[in-house]
This record gives sequence, C-alpha cells and structure tokens, in this order.
Amino acid sequence: MKIEKDLKYTVSHEWVRLEGKIAYIGITDHAQESLGDIVFVELPRLGDKMNKGDEACTVESVKAASAIYSPLTGSVVEVNDDLEGSPELINQKPYAAYIFALEAEDQAELKDLLDAEAYEKLVAEEAE
Amino acid sequence: MKDTLIFEESREGRRGFTLPAAGISGGAKEDFLPKAYRRSTPAALPELSEVEVVRHFTGLSMKNYGIDLGFYPLGSCTMKYNPKVNEDVVLLPGFAELHPLQTAETAQGTLELLHGLITDLCGITGMRWGTLQPFAGAHGEFTAMKLFRAYFDHRKDDHRKKILIPDSAHGTNPASAHLAGFQVVELPSDPEGYVDLEALEEHLDDTLAGIMLTNPNTLGRFEKDIRLIARKIHQAGGLLYYDGANMNAILGHARPGDMGFDAVHLNIHKTFSTPHGGGGPGSGPVLVGESLEPYLPVPDIRRDGDTFRWASEHRPRSIGRVSGFYGNIAVLLRAVCYLRMMGSEGLKAAGTLAVLNANYLKRHLTSLFDSPDKSLCKHEFVLSAKTWKEKHGITALDIAKALLDRGIHPPTIYFPLTVPEALMIEPTETESRETLDSFVDTLKDILTTAKKDPEALHRAPEKMPVSRIDEVRAAKTPILRWRKER
Ligand SMILES: Cc1ncc(COP(=O)(O)O)c(C=O)c1O
Repeated sequence: MKIEKDLKYTVSHEWVRLEGKIAYIGITDHAQESLGDIVFVELPRLGDKMNKGDEACTVESVKAASAIYSPLTGSVVEVNDDLEGSPELINQKPYAAYIFALEAEDQAELKDLLDAEAYEKLVAEEAE
Repeated sequence: MKDTLIFEESREGRRGFTLPAAGISGGAKEDFLPKAYRRSTPAALPELSEVEVVRHFTGLSMKNYGIDLGFYPLGSCTMKYNPKVNEDVVLLPGFAELHPLQTAETAQGTLELLHGLITDLCGITGMRWGTLQPFAGAHGEFTAMKLFRAYFDHRKDDHRKKILIPDSAHGTNPASAHLAGFQVVELPSDPEGYVDLEALEEHLDDTLAGIMLTNPNTLGRFEKDIRLIARKIHQAGGLLYYDGANMNAILGHARPGDMGFDAVHLNIHKTFSTPHGGGGPGSGPVLVGESLEPYLPVPDIRRDGDTFRWASEHRPRSIGRVSGFYGNIAVLLRAVCYLRMMGSEGLKAAGTLAVLNANYLKRHLTSLFDSPDKSLCKHEFVLSAKTWKEKHGITALDIAKALLDRGIHPPTIYFPLTVPEALMIEPTETESRETLDSFVDTLKDILTTAKKDPEALHRAPEKMPVSRIDEVRAAKTPILRWRKER
C-alpha cells in the first residue's frame, strides 16, 4: 500500500493536496484497494457548497457503493471529468486521479487532517 | 456445451409447430383485430424445431445450480430447501388458475389463506397487522420507510429526516431509506460488531426519524442491548425498523415486536422456504405495530364473519398501493403451505437447528481463517481470508471460485463491508452433518492447494461454462439484450 508523504489524509480514507487555497481531493491507495475495481464515480457539481464531513459524492465498485466525504468546507471549483469515462483511473493511480477540488473557506480546518505518518498508523490500527 | 442464445440458433423458416388454418369464415382481417392493433412486420421470434428448443432450455437448466443439487451456504440469504409439497399445493387448479382481476367472491379460499398468513406472520414477529404486497425484501424496506414518512408527516414532524443504519448493514437498507426521502447516517459498529451505543447517543435529537437494524446482525450476532436501543430511539421520538433477512435465527425464540420494533419486513423466499434467487420471484411482507397501522398499503384483506374481501375504506391515511395487484400470491401460498407443514414447534426447531448447524461449521472453520470473533453465533458467521491474502495471495474471491469447481455454491463474499476478505457462511437447518463435514473437508482441500499451488486457485473455476467474469465490464457496459445484426 502506498502513502504519499506530502499529502494530507482523513480518517475516512480521502487524501487532500493543497495548491494555495485550492484543495484537490481523492481516495487513498488503501481505499481503492479495499473497494476493488471501480466502475462508476458520481461527481459533485461545480459550485456545490459543502461543509466539512458532508457526503460529497459516491464511488461505486464491483463490491459496493461508498460515500466520499468532504474533508473541508468550501465550494467545488473543479471536477475530474476523466473519471466519468474511465473510473478505473482511481484504481490505477489513486494519488493522481483527484475526484474534485474545493476552494477551502476555513484554513483552520486543515489542522484536523492527518499527515502521512498518522494516516499510516490509522490504517495499521484498522487492520487489527 | 455450446453457449448460444436461442436467437442465434434461429434459421429462417424452421418450425416446430404449424398452425392450422383459422377455419373462421367471412370477413377480412380487420373484422377480427383492428389495424391499429396489428403489427406491420412479423415479430422477430427465433425459428427453431421443437427438439432444438427443448435442447436449448434443458442445456440451460443443466448449467444452473440450486439447493436441489447441493450445498448452498450463501450468507444472509437462507438458502434452505423448499419442500416439494409447496409446489403440489400451489399447482392445484383453484390456485394456479386464479386471475388477478377475479372478484373476491370467487377467490374466497385464497383470500382466507392470505388473511391467515398475515395473522400467522404477526404471531411470529409480534406485530399487529401488515401487508403481503411487496415483491422482495428491499421492496418491503422501502414500503416500511414510506410508512415512517407518512407517520411523521401526519404528526407534522416532517423535519425528522435522519435514519440511522449500522455500517455492517445490507446495501438495500440505505438505498430504501434514501429513496423514501430520508437522509442516511451511518452508525459505526463497536469492536465486537454490535451497534456502538455511544455513537448512537450522538444522534438522538429531534431530526431523528429512526433506525434500521437486523438482529442478529450481519455478523450473525444478536444485538443484546436491543431493548435499550429501542427505548432510546423511542424516547427521542424515532421509530425502529427490523430487517427480517436474518429472522431464521430466532424463529419461535424471539420476536422483533417484543424487542421494541415498530415495523418488520420478512423475506418469504428466505425464512419461509420459497424459491430464492434465479429460482423464483420473491416476497417481502411488512408487519407493523400500532403506531404505523393506519398508514399500511391498501387494499387490505378483511374478514366479515365468514367472508373475506379487499378493503381500503378503513385506511384513509394509507400510503396507497405498493403493488399493481396484491403481491406474488403464488409465492405467498407456498409459504402458507410451509407454515402449515411445520407448525409452531417445527418452526422453532428450524430456528434451533439453523443456529446449531452454523455453530458446528464455525467451530470447525474458525481455526483455518481469521475470525472476527470466536464466540457462539446465531444462524450464520463471517470469516476473513485476510491472512491467506497476505501470505499466499489467495483472496476470498479465489476461494469462492475454487468452491464452484468442487460442486458447492460459495458463501457470500465481501459482505459485510466491515470485515476484510469476508466469507459469510449460512448453512441453514436443512443440511445434514455429513454435508457440513464434507464442506469443511472441501475448504481444507482448497487451503492446502493455496499453500502448494496458489496459481491453480487463481485459474479457478476451470470446470464451469465460463471462468472469471469481467465484472468491471459487466457493471460498466452490460449487454442486456440481444440485437439482430444489421
Ligand atoms: C440483510 C439483508 N437485508 C435485506 C435484503 C434484501 O432482500 P431482497 O433481496 O429480498 O430484496 C437482503 C438480501 O439478501 C439481506 O441479506
């Protein structure tokens, strides 16, 4: 399982990459592996406003449909249209295939995200 | 055996049967059937001889696998044997030739049996009345969620939108609640797999509509705090819904009504021994307590003295129909037969034996796999192939496919989602000790192969008409119907 050093993580297995005020969000390698082959991504809509912890969209695999939770408060400024035709990109390159990007409203929320080390520990604990 | 569709076997002009001339004289075609109702081109039916049709369907039936052929430990599905007497009864002309538009006066026998069935199911679940209309468990869930909605709407409590559902629940639960207009909130399980009471506490506010639970839960464990949970939900103004998929475990021993549930669905095709899966349509009656009774679907079946009739006038607050007519009546009649053959003692024994068989298997299999818990289970249990995956690269899917080659239907895999590499095993009460032992031996044999020759398992199944299916393509771009090449 790969965990990228420079990303931030959530307990619900999303990753966050910050570029200035814009936060790119996807799901972790661990998440894609436990979901199995992904067949459908329901993207959020541009302009959607979400609060931290809201259900942002869903990812469907051959095993199950899973909610993706917004790690931050903000509005959607970008969605990854490529996933509509090729959802398997998430399986192939989980850290390149972002799902959507938010303009983060509250910088203070960033503190609640996990760093790579903390996320690795979380995954190990869950495996217990 | 070749895998062709009957359309592909068609040869122009070939016939199995030649219709004689109509022998009705006088008048043009138009006199018999107006032009607007006649087709302009002939129907694209396959053209084959009789023996070709017979071979085609016999060939298909030989590819099928069912409980009549062997062991079928599909967790959460209760694939018990369906006694043949059920079929005899439902094929009696008085039942088989019923028409849904027949008047109630001419179907008194059937109405009486259905009325009796609701009464019996209420007795089994501890509920007051119900409806037999829903066509499946998921349809029953949806019906019950509509009842919740109607209850809150009537009380002008329409801000109550939140339905709690444990993370181990079946996917149909959140789907049904969502479809009925509720917001689904996932409840985490505690480390032992039970409802996490602390997490529950956080949601007990005035937006709470209720909770959907199955008990025993999908790990095959009985929620021992169910009465406490029911009290808390009710105190917060919410309702409790019981997913009856796991009812087989507690038949004759415990009743959802006594646990505090307000609504229950039963899977007739699981617990009450009617064909399940490809073998036949399902049925998912909903039974309710006092609070939800006024909202039950119409028509209802009522008894006036010795006669039975369809009735709607006593339910002004009904959610309406949930089925075009009155559900899958031929399936329900099979269940009536099963209940009469079993009697209440027999049903209780079925529950007991289902639990005994599951524990027998669990005891013999726990040491071979990772097991979320080692305690006694109810009618089913979940194992994890996590260590097999890590050490030998053998997944739950590989084990399932290897079972196919060995003549056994695999258990449910990758459900519940809370257990990695899950194998969910439910033997049911109808299996003998010899069958259970032979299943244990087969799994041991597969695991020996996993150590010696894991590649062999990755190749499985090798004896089936098709090997591994491209699940991604099947989900993304399914081919759902045959099209004539142009
Ligand atoms: C726990 C649980 N709930 C609900 C259902 C839905 O029932 P049905 O398949 O009849 O719609 C199932 C079906 O397998 C189940 O296992």
